[in-house]
Amino acid sequence: MEEQELEQELELRELTLGGRENLAAGRTEAWEEPEPRAEHPDFSSATLLILANMPSRTIGRSRGAIISQFYSRTAKLRRRSSRPPLHQMSRSARPSLRQYDLELDSDTQSLLVKELQSLSGSQRSHMLQAMPVSLAEKQGRLEGLQGWLRRVALAPFSDLGSVPLQGFRSLWDGFLSLLHSLQPWHHSLKQISGRFGSSVLSYFLFLKTLLAFNVFLFLTLLIFVVATQAAYPPAAENSRLFTGLELLTGAGYFTQTLMYYGYYSNFTLNDPCTPSSRSCQPGKGHLPYNMPLAYVFTIGVSFFITCILLVYSMSRSFGESYRVGSTSGDFAIKVFCAWDYKVIQRRFVRLQNENIRTQLKASAAQRSSTRLQLGRMVVLSLAWAVSVGTVLGCVVAVYYFAEHMLKVHRDSQDRGSSEAWQEALLLVLPMVVSLINLVMPYLYNLLAAWEKQESPALEVYVAICRNLILKMVVLGLLCYHWLSRKMGYSSEDKCWETSVGQELYRFVVMDFVFTLLDTFLGELLWRLILEKKLMRKQRPEFDIARNVLELIYGQTLTWLGVLFCPLLPAVQILKLLLLFYIKKTSLMKNCQSPSKLWRASHMSTVFITLLCFPSFLGAAIFLSYTIWAMRPSRACGPFRTQETIYESGKTWIQELEKSSPNITWFTWIHQHLVENTFFLFFVSGVLLAVIYLHIQVVKGHRRIIRLLKEQIAHVSSWGLCMLLASYCLMCGTWGPRD
Amino acid sequence: RFSELLSKEERESILQKRVPKSKILTLPELRANPFQDRICWVFSTSEDGDGSMSFEDFLDMLSVFSDSATSEIKSHYAFRIFDFDDDGTLDRKDLEKLVNCLTGEGDETRLSESEMDQLIQNILEESDIDKDGTINLSEFQHVISRSPDFASSFKIVL
Repeated sequence: MEEQELEQELELRELTLGGRENLAAGRTEAWEEPEPRAEHPDFSSATLLILANMPSRTIGRSRGAIISQFYSRTAKLRRRSSRPPLHQMSRSARPSLRQYDLELDSDTQSLLVKELQSLSGSQRSHMLQAMPVSLAEKQGRLEGLQGWLRRVALAPFSDLGSVPLQGFRSLWDGFLSLLHSLQPWHHSLKQISGRFGSSVLSYFLFLKTLLAFNVFLFLTLLIFVVATQAAYPPAAENSRLFTGLELLTGAGYFTQTLMYYGYYSNFTLNDPCTPSSRSCQPGKGHLPYNMPLAYVFTIGVSFFITCILLVYSMSRSFGESYRVGSTSGDFAIKVFCAWDYKVIQRRFVRLQNENIRTQLKASAAQRSSTRLQLGRMVVLSLAWAVSVGTVLGCVVAVYYFAEHMLKVHRDSQDRGSSEAWQEALLLVLPMVVSLINLVMPYLYNLLAAWEKQESPALEVYVAICRNLILKMVVLGLLCYHWLSRKMGYSSEDKCWETSVGQELYRFVVMDFVFTLLDTFLGELLWRLILEKKLMRKQRPEFDIARNVLELIYGQTLTWLGVLFCPLLPAVQILKLLLLFYIKKTSLMKNCQSPSKLWRASHMSTVFITLLCFPSFLGAAIFLSYTIWAMRPSRACGPFRTQETIYESGKTWIQELEKSSPNITWFTWIHQHLVENTFFLFFVSGVLLAVIYLHIQVVKGHRRIIRLLKEQIAHVSSWGLCMLLASYCLMCGTWGPRD
Repeated sequence: RFSELLSKEERESILQKRVPKSKILTLPELRANPFQDRICWVFSTSEDGDGSMSFEDFLDMLSVFSDSATSEIKSHYAFRIFDFDDDGTLDRKDLEKLVNCLTGEGDETRLSESEMDQLIQNILEESDIDKDGTINLSEFQHVISRSPDFASSFKIVL
């Protein structure tokens, strides 16, 4: 209560001080009074002086205002008021937080000091960090507090600890700064952002994220599946010899290795109790390891954790990039937020200047553009028809080509041609698909150039949409093709999982090869052509959307293939590492930054969402279908004797139930939650309700913001009228006396 | 990094010394920045007004441009950097100077008069809530809060 009284008292004092000058308490920079402005020629200088001292214009200037603002904020924090944040925002703009002169400063300062003392440690450091006054001020003015608070003001980066921990804290800070500089590719990323800005940086950060996911997947699989199997290799020897072709085709020597599903045993490794002897030898002291169970559980659990990580990073990114408020305001945002401070080199700073200039001009032109006409409708629908048509055409072509290749392969097997030739034939399908993925985006770019969309943002979305549809539909068709061709290519093993694994390996490798080709042709060669033949100084632009979609495509392939080829994440890791350095080199030598405005955080959210929804979800559906519905091959793999892969999990649960009746709750959970579909529907229903609630809250916020804006405009114009009326009144009262 | 800017004899008394503005502007991160003068002016606490910075001013500057600064602090300092005449509001002249900094220094890179007027008109339309012809700190912060890219672009990494 006393704080409110004090604030009211300060308000009253302020009102009586009315027209006094704004004293910038002790600060050496003299903020001058504003000169009479040209746009209000009818106002006299006196009026302008009064106007200049109005609360709305002085709130940013005086340090007293800042201190009192933060005093009220700490008071609120201490009271822990549960008002919504909107109330806080309106409060900080209230007239009571106006300038105070020197005498009042010490009062508010001591109040602030008292408030800060009563906060907890972390809250205090947070408030101090958030105060926009200089370091020297914080040090000098807050001497009233204990000595350790001064040390807090000296270290704006770190969190606060108590005095005995200060030494440890400084050691920890040193370690953190070392870690920060040791971060992978820290220097490279700084170089890239120094020349190209945040937009191109977002591609490389996305690559880093994907690398992190793959490392996680690889490590789990390595520990639980690959390493244990490597310690107990199966009895059969590898009959093939290693030729160089294996690296491309994945078949041959690699077929009988750890790489593929077919290698893994279907019994319990290192089992002390052999089923034939019916006697256990506990004396050996080994741990039995149930391979099939480990295989399916590891893959299931790692997918589940990847799902949680993806959803978490997607929601966090969405929270950072989504803003309540009207979507208009492009110009102001463009002008205030356009400058990227990370760009360092002079040449690229000039380039950034040019870009901003063209953007501003383009937006100005766009503002005055015409409405949607009939001609444009026709062009748009034609363009979409063409793109959908090409997608369908590619899909049909891939389907028939796959069938044809199967036939050719069978023929060559029957004819008994060399193994190498047979396996080389297998490379043709991946090459064709990668070629389609390479060429079609360029066609779509041509289509977009013909279409001429109004806003560049819409252009990017349309391009992403088309490329995504193409890639996902082709992948869907291939999945159907693989699952329906269980016999696979090799006839001696009849091990279809290994063949599918090999196919996916080939796809990943071909994707990498064609990305290299695309970098070489699209960037290096095009730059040489532009410079030498056409004599243009412009370099090719780095197409961020297309490159990110390629990364997502590669990651989808990895996720699809993990069940059949446990070492595929390792291949993907190698590929991403090489891709980073190659793309970076090509970028530095050949490209220039994109000239369109790229909303980096918004697009990062879009990319993570694309990674989660079509890509990961598709892979998860494929995996679930394989585990639940497909019959494993009889001749190889950890699930030889079972009807479905899922059955191994079920039999284990049943055995568990039989052996120890105390764990019935576990089996109950399994029966009613995992197998029962009702639970899944319930969870999705809850999720949808939460999303709907958030959408409604956001809508409410938007409406409140609009109402407040109208109110402010209304009040300010009314206040101006009152001021003029009182001025006229004063003139009228004093005038006749002279 | 700060001590590199000082000469060898001065490095002992690093906490008291002030580095002149010319030396600060040799830092690669600030060298080509069009707002370099304003940045030095805003963060400097020297009484002479020459833009020289002590170590604490340097720390201040880096902490505002770092990742851990809140967006409120960043927008506060951005406002002060953009306020070319230091009057506490962004009026037409400030906005004009800002746009000229953004588009480059040469005569051929600037916008024409009509384009500039149109642009400033649009900006004021969008961000001036109380319709007084200038943008104060609250309005500026409101505009900035609508752009999630601000925090990531208002960043300097050492």
